[in-house]
Amino acid sequence: MSEKPKLHYSNTRGRMESIRWLLAAAGVEFEECFLETKDDLTKLQKDGSLLFQQVPMVEIDGMKMVQTRAILNYIAAKYNLYGKDLKERALIDMYVEGITDLNELIITRYFQPADKKEEHFATLLDKATNRYFPVYEKVLKDHGRDFLVGNKLSRADVQLLETILMAEECKPDILAKFPLLQSFKARTSNIVTIKKFLQPGSQRKPPLQEKDIPRLMKIFH
Amino acid sequence: MSGKPRLTYLNGRGRMEPVRWLLAAAGVEFEEVFLETREQYEKLIKDGVLMFQQVPLVEIDGMKMVQTRAILNYIAGKYNLYGKDLKERALIDMYVEGITDLMQMILMFPFSPPETKEKNIDSIKERATNRYFPVFEKVLKQHGQDFLVGNKFSWADVQLIEAILAVEEKIPAVLSGFPQLQAFKKRMSNMPTIKKFLQPGSPRKPPPDECYVETVLKVFKK
Repeated sequence: MSEKPKLHYSNTRGRMESIRWLLAAAGVEFEECFLETKDDLTKLQKDGSLLFQQVPMVEIDGMKMVQTRAILNYIAAKYNLYGKDLKERALIDMYVEGITDLNELIITRYFQPADKKEEHFATLLDKATNRYFPVYEKVLKDHGRDFLVGNKLSRADVQLLETILMAEECKPDILAKFPLLQSFKARTSNIVTIKKFLQPGSQRKPPLQEKDIPRLMKIFH
Repeated sequence: MSGKPRLTYLNGRGRMEPVRWLLAAAGVEFEEVFLETREQYEKLIKDGVLMFQQVPLVEIDGMKMVQTRAILNYIAGKYNLYGKDLKERALIDMYVEGITDLMQMILMFPFSPPETKEKNIDSIKERATNRYFPVFEKVLKQHGQDFLVGNKFSWADVQLIEAILAVEEKIPAVLSGFPQLQAFKKRMSNMPTIKKFLQPGSPRKPPPDECYVETVLKVFKK
């Protein structure tokens, strides 16, 4: 049995991308098994590999883990990206959950009904610039350090960078009013493992294209 | 300053109820502040106490914690309801996240349009009986122990008993095909801290009614 974690998902970002980011940031090599058709998903379900019949699923350390947060919690703790004690974990969790809420707005924008797309997009931009980014800008300003929590790289930094880059894909100048997030982005992108993940040929997935949506819907609906 | 955690939310279940359950199960007394008006909510925002301008808010151990999962993770960790090692935590997290997906359907139910309510009950019943309850029935059957993980009371057990009772309120016979869960329900309900929480006069909140829905819309509407 390979030692490397094995990721089961479609060949898209979706709910697996944060997991790819965290493994990559931790310097952990992983394999991927892509669902291409509904049959691929059905087979996994019939095998009993999916606890709640859903992906993401990650085979890691003898477990078939499902539920994105459970997987991320495990990886973060295993690779020391989850703070040094309960209180640092509490901060990391708060920051991560906020980022996840913003992330959710971003990844679901493709699946909004046509008459709701524009409104959803406007909400996304509004929340990013008025609710979420100001929080992290202030955190960095208040302590003046390189990382969000405990003066050390944690999953909060990784997930924030991931979300910043996805938000910029929605609106390239979205960080215009956030100088500290801009330098955070530059600094964190230069961390060796992350820099590698940001290069072409890595396992990072591109943004979803409209033309891929019908194929995705066929697998999951 | 009181040593007790202080919860700020509406006077109803919503997203705070799992927190009430977990604190109660851990035997931790807490205080509550209820939002009744938009002005109260706006004041909280203006005061800068809500990191993302949202409740739940739990003041605990000098922190103003927001984000339900962050709060629950902290309480579970602090009161030893989160397993003994990483692998037990992984199991607890998987179970809790699955149950949370089911509870999300129940959370949203009061806010769905009247004409969709019957369909939504059917969806809840379908998911509970085909996707979620079978998993926990099997877990209990396979290890034959009283608790879901590590032969010890954990957050996963608390979350599951909360979900079972919430689903039964909508679909009374939902556990009919699940003998292990029926026994689990009885066992959990008899644990001293949980038994106390299930009694009248406890901080447990009643099922949401029209009045609660109105209050939510009034306090939080944009």
